[in-house]
Amino acid sequence: MDRVDHFLTEDQQMIVDLARQITDEMVIPNRARYDETEEYPLDIVEALAKSDFFALFVPEEYGGLGGSCYDLVLALEQIGRGCVGIATAYAASALGAYPIIVGGSHELKSKYLPDIASGKKRAAFALTESNAGSDAGGIQTTAVLDGDEWVINGTKQWITNGGQAHLYTVIAITDPSRGARGASMFVVEADDPGFSCGPKEKKMGIRCSATTELIFRDCRIPKDRIIGRQGTGFITVMKTLDRSRPGIASLGVGLAQAALDESVTYAKGRYQFGKPIISFQAVQHMLADMAIETEAARALVYVSARHIDAHPKDMSKASAMCKVKATDVAMKVAVDAVQVFAGYGFMREYPVEKMMRDAKILQIYEGTNQIQRNVVGQELNKEYT
Amino acid sequence: MLLIDTEACIGCGLCEDNCPFEAIHVVDGKAVVNDSCTLCGTCVDHCEVAALAIERDEGEAIDLAAWSGIWVFAEYRGGKVAQVTNELLGVGTELAAQRGVKLAAVLLCGQSGDVPQQLIAAGADIVYIVEDPALADFSDDAYGNALEDLARKYKPEVILAGATAIARSFIPRVATSLITGLTADCTNLAIGDDGHLHQTRPAFGGNIMATIICPKHRPQMATVRPMVMKANTPDPARQGEIIVETIAPVRLQSRARVVRTVFTEGEQLNLSEADVVVAGGRGLDTREGFKLVEELAALLDGAVGASRAAVDSGWVGYPHQVGQTGKTVASKLYVACGISGAIQHVIGMKSSEIIVAINRDPKATIFDVADYGVVGDLFEILPRVIEKIKERRS
Amino acid sequence: MRIVVCIKQVPDAKDVRLDPVTNTLSREGVKSVINPYDRHAMEEGVRLKEQYGGTVTVISMGPPQAKAILSEAISCGVDDAFLVSDRAFAGSDTLATTYTLAQAIKKSGAVDLVLCGKQATDGDTAQVGPGLAARLDMPYVTCVKKINAIKDQVMRVERMMDDGYDEVEIELPALLTVVKEINVPRFPSLRGLRKAKTFDIPSYSAADIDADPAQLGLGGSPTWVVKVFPPECKGERSMIEGSLEEIADKLAGILSDSAYGA
Repeated sequence: MDRVDHFLTEDQQMIVDLARQITDEMVIPNRARYDETEEYPLDIVEALAKSDFFALFVPEEYGGLGGSCYDLVLALEQIGRGCVGIATAYAASALGAYPIIVGGSHELKSKYLPDIASGKKRAAFALTESNAGSDAGGIQTTAVLDGDEWVINGTKQWITNGGQAHLYTVIAITDPSRGARGASMFVVEADDPGFSCGPKEKKMGIRCSATTELIFRDCRIPKDRIIGRQGTGFITVMKTLDRSRPGIASLGVGLAQAALDESVTYAKGRYQFGKPIISFQAVQHMLADMAIETEAARALVYVSARHIDAHPKDMSKASAMCKVKATDVAMKVAVDAVQVFAGYGFMREYPVEKMMRDAKILQIYEGTNQIQRNVVGQELNKEYT
Repeated sequence: MLLIDTEACIGCGLCEDNCPFEAIHVVDGKAVVNDSCTLCGTCVDHCEVAALAIERDEGEAIDLAAWSGIWVFAEYRGGKVAQVTNELLGVGTELAAQRGVKLAAVLLCGQSGDVPQQLIAAGADIVYIVEDPALADFSDDAYGNALEDLARKYKPEVILAGATAIARSFIPRVATSLITGLTADCTNLAIGDDGHLHQTRPAFGGNIMATIICPKHRPQMATVRPMVMKANTPDPARQGEIIVETIAPVRLQSRARVVRTVFTEGEQLNLSEADVVVAGGRGLDTREGFKLVEELAALLDGAVGASRAAVDSGWVGYPHQVGQTGKTVASKLYVACGISGAIQHVIGMKSSEIIVAINRDPKATIFDVADYGVVGDLFEILPRVIEKIKERRS
Repeated sequence: MRIVVCIKQVPDAKDVRLDPVTNTLSREGVKSVINPYDRHAMEEGVRLKEQYGGTVTVISMGPPQAKAILSEAISCGVDDAFLVSDRAFAGSDTLATTYTLAQAIKKSGAVDLVLCGKQATDGDTAQVGPGLAARLDMPYVTCVKKINAIKDQVMRVERMMDDGYDEVEIELPALLTVVKEINVPRFPSLRGLRKAKTFDIPSYSAADIDADPAQLGLGGSPTWVVKVFPPECKGERSMIEGSLEEIADKLAGILSDSAYGA
């Protein structure tokens, strides 16, 4: 395939090739079934673990392979090309692990990261509540220190990997009087007393990824499960999302590429008026725009990932920009793919229908694209003082 | 090694086109062989100017005349003689007649009962029996040593066995111990003009047939696919000689012991014996598509078969696989839906009486073995056919 | 426990097609892959190592290009690999193959367990496993679908039979051939791929494994291929043509008559 050459290193190409192989041989043949049954794709997640993909986002000193943002982006693009639902089931562990990686003590990292890297334990990130989505200030879950234990109370909503993760990184208010500086993050293990998960939510897309409520009823955890110092919860959340968003962006690139691949193949094989529909300019221009947008999105995601790896303290704008661009492109390209397929595209027998449903979440989760534009706007404001 | 007569070679490229291993290429107008050559001989057969030859070491053969008689390993398990044993006695009768020798069956078992007489009725002139508790359950060590010892003692020129789980397991060991040739899964056996056993089997993944001989070693050994050879009509009045043998106890000791045998006949479909088989292949596209085949099979009181592609795709389990690496069927009616007809598959179903093939590709090789062919879309045709059959029956 | 797995490079069955015009094999663009059954043997070796400790060595006999599958084996978790390659091996039938492999395995050191795939998809003979066991004087079980336990140098395995399965106890050292039902092979891992990139796969010649030249290749093979030919066609057939209705009608008739007896 003659795509734009991004001059990947041999090691990066190896990540791409292996992720592509697993996607082609395991993700794509099973995605329709998992979409239909809404079952968690455990066998695929375990295969990814055996192939070291969970080590990809963990630093080497804790049993990982380095943790570069670019590496993860390359892997996620491939898996996202197969199925954003299955890719989300995998990526959720990275999101859940990042708070420990960016804010945890050496002890906390040593305790949890090696098992995450090996895939023995999956993680989940718990921020959203019924009254706190884009506005993280609305968080109502609380954590109170009682002797040597924190006691957590409250309910988290729409938590990816809920019920499937072995450990949850949870933000809760520890000092209501201090506003944003009064929140802290904790590691809660699945079998901690007082912790439970709600039933799996029914979703429009990414239906196989598990999404549940998390319920904390006098959930008691040891004192040393706090991530970083008390009151650093929001900072940890922001740093986490800055790192994770290029991953979501790359899922968008993968999905757009898949929608484009399907569309071109279909347009070459579908005959109307005695000609393949790709020979009609109306279709050709649609396909051309889909390709242009996909390459543009990919370029921005790759360059942002490299920027983030090189400048870990200055990543917010690059992270937000690439997330907005790539996921908006994914949505647009998926909608256009359905149009190219026309009636067939609307049928669940063909894969583009699912891509269109799956694309929508990319513009919503890990910070809506409206919030991302706020971030970019605020950064511009700071830059031009 | 492969000898290339560069004088004779005209560089036509037939050898290159036909080499299954990309081992021979025409360079500067002459054939050149590389390290991938397995000396299979395909190029030699295709060369029209006789420029190629395989040089064999003309080493001395063993004393072939010292080996005489056709043997069949009589497979006996769970109180039954395997059907393939009767088929082997059928083909063995012909081979023995051609060679002017006797046909013998070898029975290794715990207790023989009336089995020897059954074997004689099915065509054996002689039955060699070894009865020993150590042979009650199949064991590679005990069965292998016993057959090897008997072969050394009586020197048969041919030993045949069914290509069953048991024989495919222990016969290679016997051939290795006797340092002789063994051909697996034969579909045709004949005595050639040279007096050797010509053993034909599918080769190279089952897409082509190869005839194999074992000219300098004895016995000539082969396993034979079940359901391919014709059994004799049993003649209970037939007379034969029964020879009871004993094997040294040390040779019947086994380093592997069967601790439990589980028969799953009940759950296993009787594909090999079904009168009607409806089989599906890659053309069904999905597991959902494959259900059409199951529906038609149920309607016709038939068994469900599948090509390797359908089984590999996970649409149906391995016990349903028909073909060289699956079951052989000889049904009255075989309906092949969306099966391209790779020889790998055809080898397992071509003995069926009536073969109906439905495929969207008019060039599919399955049509070569079919009695009736339909070129078209399965997803249109099968549902209509199912409706029509239901109408006819109501 | 030292485990040796024998693997073979075969043409990818998915790609092999019979040219309908010339009736010959078309191998254009056919990839070479690890024999599918051998993948399961390799996987089982790695799983046994993970459970019981030890090392897994893969060996292959074949042309120099077969190094590719050994390298792939390294990326899938095996510890060591070597190739046995010599022009003297060309033309080997299963008897010569088992001799060569046995010499190579003996030369490589003491072994507790040898694993092979049930058969290779290019030859489908299923003879190398049992023959190799005979050469190594090891007990063996073919068509193993499950390994239940290993205790005190005794293994308990399940062997597929035509009418069910046998549970068999076997003393180590031993050889097993495995069927696909035994496991689902893993993909390569990123660490494995990095290791494979720098792993130099040794290649041993006939002399390196102290082989007797008379037992190798064509000369060491009692079976000779004397003829290779395309399978015959059935010839007469009638094609059913017409509208969908007509086709369905005729077909329903043929199927009903044949299935229920006319």
